Amino acid sequence: MSSVLENLVNQPYQHGFVTDIESDTAPKGLNEDTIRFISAKKSEPEWLLEFRLKAYRHWLTMAEPQWPNVKYPKIDFQDIIYYSAPKPKKLASMDEVDPELLKTFEKLGVPMNERAKLAGVAVDVIFDSVSVATTYKQKLADVGIIFCSISEAVREHPDLVRQYMGSVVPAGDNYYAALNSAVFTDGSFCFIPRGVRCPMELSTYFRINTESSGQFERTLIVAEEGSHVSYLEGCTAPKFDTNQLHAAVVELITLDDAEIKYSTVQNWYAGDENGVGGIYNFVTKRGLCKGVNSKISWTQVETGSAITWKYPSCVLLGDNSIGEFYSVALTNHHQQADTGTKMVHIGRNTRSRIIAKGISAGQSNNSYRGLVKIGPRAANARNYSQCDSMLIGSKCGANTFPYIQVQNHGATVEHEASTSKIGEDQLFYFASRGIGAEEAVSMIINGFCRDVFQQLPMEFAVEATKLLGLKLEGSVG
Amino acid sequence: MIRKDARLLLEVKGLRAKVGGAEIVKGLDLVVRAGEVHAIMGPNGSGKSTFAKTLAGHPAYEVTGGTAVFEGRSIFEMAPEERARAGLFLGFQYPVEIPGVSNSAFLRLAYNTLQPARGRDELDPLEFDDLAREKMKLLDMDPAFLDRSVNEGFSGGEKKRNEILQMALLEPRFAILDETDSGLDIDALRVVANGVNHLATPDNAIVLVTHYQRMLNYIVPDYVHVMEGGRIVRTGGKTLAEELEARGYDWVRAA
Repeated sequence: MSSVLENLVNQPYQHGFVTDIESDTAPKGLNEDTIRFISAKKSEPEWLLEFRLKAYRHWLTMAEPQWPNVKYPKIDFQDIIYYSAPKPKKLASMDEVDPELLKTFEKLGVPMNERAKLAGVAVDVIFDSVSVATTYKQKLADVGIIFCSISEAVREHPDLVRQYMGSVVPAGDNYYAALNSAVFTDGSFCFIPRGVRCPMELSTYFRINTESSGQFERTLIVAEEGSHVSYLEGCTAPKFDTNQLHAAVVELITLDDAEIKYSTVQNWYAGDENGVGGIYNFVTKRGLCKGVNSKISWTQVETGSAITWKYPSCVLLGDNSIGEFYSVALTNHHQQADTGTKMVHIGRNTRSRIIAKGISAGQSNNSYRGLVKIGPRAANARNYSQCDSMLIGSKCGANTFPYIQVQNHGATVEHEASTSKIGEDQLFYFASRGIGAEEAVSMIINGFCRDVFQQLPMEFAVEATKLLGLKLEGSVG
Repeated sequence: MIRKDARLLLEVKGLRAKVGGAEIVKGLDLVVRAGEVHAIMGPNGSGKSTFAKTLAGHPAYEVTGGTAVFEGRSIFEMAPEERARAGLFLGFQYPVEIPGVSNSAFLRLAYNTLQPARGRDELDPLEFDDLAREKMKLLDMDPAFLDRSVNEGFSGGEKKRNEILQMALLEPRFAILDETDSGLDIDALRVVANGVNHLATPDNAIVLVTHYQRMLNYIVPDYVHVMEGGRIVRTGGKTLAEELEARGYDWVRAA
């Protein structure tokens, strides 16, 4: 790999700084007392503590998954801080928010306060584990939308939370989902009532702040009959030399004729160019198209984390329901990604579409892993999958692991895959027309990702385009 | 057209170049003035394509000796993209495919990148589309090629037309066309050759690198050079090409 490529990939992480805020932190380690501590801190009802303890006891019987195509040293779950909250204060307005925190948001470019209003974005900000400020709540409340932290939802809307939490991702679903169910600290809750079209994009910025405090958030979005919502999740984290575990759970539920569009741009610290540090991002995201004619669409741009292990999935239960997955996963240096989706067709005439683009640079390893399952009752189900890999340089790897299970003869399943490489000859071709390497790579990558970027809300698409350019800076040449 | 008082565009002296550890160009001299058309001929492996790529600055080709001065500037001190901006153009023998990047976006970026150096304004997509369509007529190209990915799925002939289209848009001062005739059927050859003829002006110069003289039936060179063993061993007029065609390269070797 020539030096231009290398410089492109070796851009330092721009979000690496630590905010000094007095924390209210649980001691390291995990046992039933830790869980009781978290639950007590959050003044939770008894049923939720039971939910946590049950998940924890189940987790103890489970083994860490070995099947992902990633390598990392064994995680010491007793060496993690499971609860860390900024000192609780009653905040009447943004003026009361800790200036340090505001500065952090400033550096991150989080559109809050006036900027949030101008951008028309309501931001439910997660800082470490507790929601600090929620804007636009009133405007949303006027149309009956609930958008708040999970903790608040547990207090204010316990019946809704109890009805839906764990209904898509059961507490014992997998190793990390079980862990999350036991120790989750906060996250977002969103409820769109029958027939309501959410008047704005809902947006959450997650951020991990305390060194070696694993963040376990939980997001639950419920769209009632005929409702519609677009939800944006953006992620950055400061840089530390110890790996941080992040095990989130996201559950989406659509009832009849409802639609949820969930978009993520993930730029957590990926470790340095030697593979030291970075986030372990082990996430369970799943949507249930429970009602007829409902639709769930996942769009993700994954550029950060040392390891990404994530399969946003759709369970297509309602007849005529639609699941979509659009993904760009970029890995550089020593990053590892094993990501993809699961489309489980249960209802009749269900349709799914998978467009996955993997970009590998440096010495990274990027795997697409996807399951398309057509159940016996899913007559006329259709799936189309397209998985494309792009390699930059000669030391990286790309893999595709498609799993296709069809139990109904009336189903149509298509899978296409390709692998390409940004090579010296392509860059020279651009150069011979006066176009420098960075612009060339940006153009090639944007062309490669076009089908996915088209699915992102406009401002996210711009951000994603810039981010990819930044992440690849120095990797070409 | 040869005019002794024409401006000197390119002067190559004693050029030596290596690729993959082997020296392929071994002391090449060439002088090109404005308004001239040159043909460089020679058997396979004689160093013709290596010379073309070395001039354009392909990173795999290493200059080990000699100089090349283009309009007063030493080009081996310039990055490949700077050479292009200065007015040097390489028509590729095997143009690469760039999936996902539309031909129109690529052509426009290339065009706009070069305009500041010429003191001209960039074009917006609509203005550029008009310009591109006009130039495509010259090469009998379907405007649908603008919407396709760069060279992806193009036939050999379509790729070569796309190269000449780029030359037409970028209006280089000096173009070296590497085996532009290979892979073209006789009709396409005529169209492409006409296009090249159309682009030749008293202010620019064109160097055709070719194995056969058939393209020279359409584009009449002022000079024909024969390469052998990494250097120009013989230079003549158009008749030299005909003689080569009739007697083969062995005749040059023997001479």
